[in-house]
Amino acid sequence: MFPLSRLIRSRDDAVPARGALVAARQVGLVAGGRRILDGVDMAVEAGRIVTLIGPNGAGKTTLLKVLLGLLSPTGGQVLRRPGLRIGYMPQRIQVDEILPITVRRFLGLGGRFPRDRLARVLAEVGCAHLLEQPVQSVSGGEMQRILLARALLREPHLLVLDEPAQGVDVAGQGEVFQLIARLRDRYGCGVLMVSHELHLVMAAADSVICLNQHVCCTGKPDVVSRDPAYLKLFGKTMPAGMALYTHHHDHRHDLHGDVVAFEGEGPPGRGCPGSEAHRHHG
Amino acid sequence: MDDFIVRALLGGMAVALVAGPLGSFVVWRRMAYFGDTLAHSALLGVALGFLIGLNVNLTVVILCVTLALVLMLLQRQRRLATDTLLGILAHSSLSLGLVAVAFLEGVRIDLMAYLFGDILAVSHEDLIWIFLGGVLALGMLAALWRPLLAITVHEDLARVEGVRVTLVSMGFMLLMALVIAVAMKVVGILLITSLMIIPAAAARRLSSTPERMALFAALIGCLAVAGGLWGSLTWDTPAGPSIVVAAALLFAVIFSLPGAALLRRLRTPS
Repeated sequence: MFPLSRLIRSRDDAVPARGALVAARQVGLVAGGRRILDGVDMAVEAGRIVTLIGPNGAGKTTLLKVLLGLLSPTGGQVLRRPGLRIGYMPQRIQVDEILPITVRRFLGLGGRFPRDRLARVLAEVGCAHLLEQPVQSVSGGEMQRILLARALLREPHLLVLDEPAQGVDVAGQGEVFQLIARLRDRYGCGVLMVSHELHLVMAAADSVICLNQHVCCTGKPDVVSRDPAYLKLFGKTMPAGMALYTHHHDHRHDLHGDVVAFEGEGPPGRGCPGSEAHRHHG
Repeated sequence: MDDFIVRALLGGMAVALVAGPLGSFVVWRRMAYFGDTLAHSALLGVALGFLIGLNVNLTVVILCVTLALVLMLLQRQRRLATDTLLGILAHSSLSLGLVAVAFLEGVRIDLMAYLFGDILAVSHEDLIWIFLGGVLALGMLAALWRPLLAITVHEDLARVEGVRVTLVSMGFMLLMALVIAVAMKVVGILLITSLMIIPAAAARRLSSTPERMALFAALIGCLAVAGGLWGSLTWDTPAGPSIVVAAALLFAVIFSLPGAALLRRLRTPS
């Protein structure tokens, strides 16, 4: 059962700028009378890791789905490089107990692949031992690795990961992010991922996009893991490889959520145009 | 053995062989009620067939597909949930069918045969239709198998991986319509869904892969047909419902089998 709107394919006739695998140009989305995305501009280039962060309901997953072509934007344009092969890792996947399926068959659903590629990918993500298990019997963290394997089997140009460390304990989260960075280095693919935490972003991310309906700010995450203030705050509970993303907003929000430009920071037009009910946490 | 019993066995088993694998998908995709709704609309298809003088099986397929499309359209609005829509469509189309049959003049329709099946009256012509329809349905299902399984597990993921979800889903609906038309003669409009979902549900316990579950479902369905026919002849009970009762008994037996050892033996991948 599916909505009829999917019968109509969105036309992607424009091509993103040189180097970009996928790009959003002034993308907006209104659903059920609610504005979920508003004038979003962004791009992901080959070999770069872009992380989307933002509070609950900021539209992170929606933006991913628009970029993947699963949702059609109500405004603006999504540009994809022609022939782009995407490896997608959805937020969570629940296979009903009624469907008997092993990990091996689950991985095979993505397409047919040479045997040696399967062995290599399984070794990379470290889930070769799960191959003959029923999908329903693996843990949340194992499932994340299996999903990553299914995405990698396609040898994608672009990896899109929706909260890749979800359901993984804090120590394991560091591992997941390191793995993603390694995979980027090996495959040279672009990576776009959503992280639920506002302030915790992996040090390896090349750029961070802070989203709250619109793009609040973008920039490089600073490596502050050796910063005394950071250690004082978090001690050793944070695994290596994670860093605080220091926020350099060019505007702030008053009590009503209205945008107020910082004085002496240039024209206030750069961020948060016309944002209603918009707040930053932390 | 009498000729009509052989025909009944052949027809019933052919239907079970198709209904098992398709029923597995009905169960996996949680579409049992959807199947019911399509089946209920079949009576309207029968009436239309008589009314315009077309082959009844053909009009049943056409009507089922039309209903599936109507449902798709109705689902675009968000106010009514799918199960409500299905309830409305299932019962109104069944009632409309009954009303339409009453309006047919000069044609005597054996209503009970359409509602509950008339497997003992399966003719040579019926058999040919069942075999052709069955082979077509199995061929389509084989062609759709992997993409259909992929969208069953996760639709968005399959779409990103290049599966044409709309096309595959429509193919599946067409398959269901085809199987309903084929199975109508055997168990009747009201019981078709049971021949799809009961063997599939019973097969789950014996299966470690989707393909094995489909195969076991087909076999359990065949057993149910044989057992139901035997019971029907022995105790002079209606054949269609007897087949469903046999399927339910098989389901109960398989589910109450002492599990662990059996499961481990059957689940170890070959």
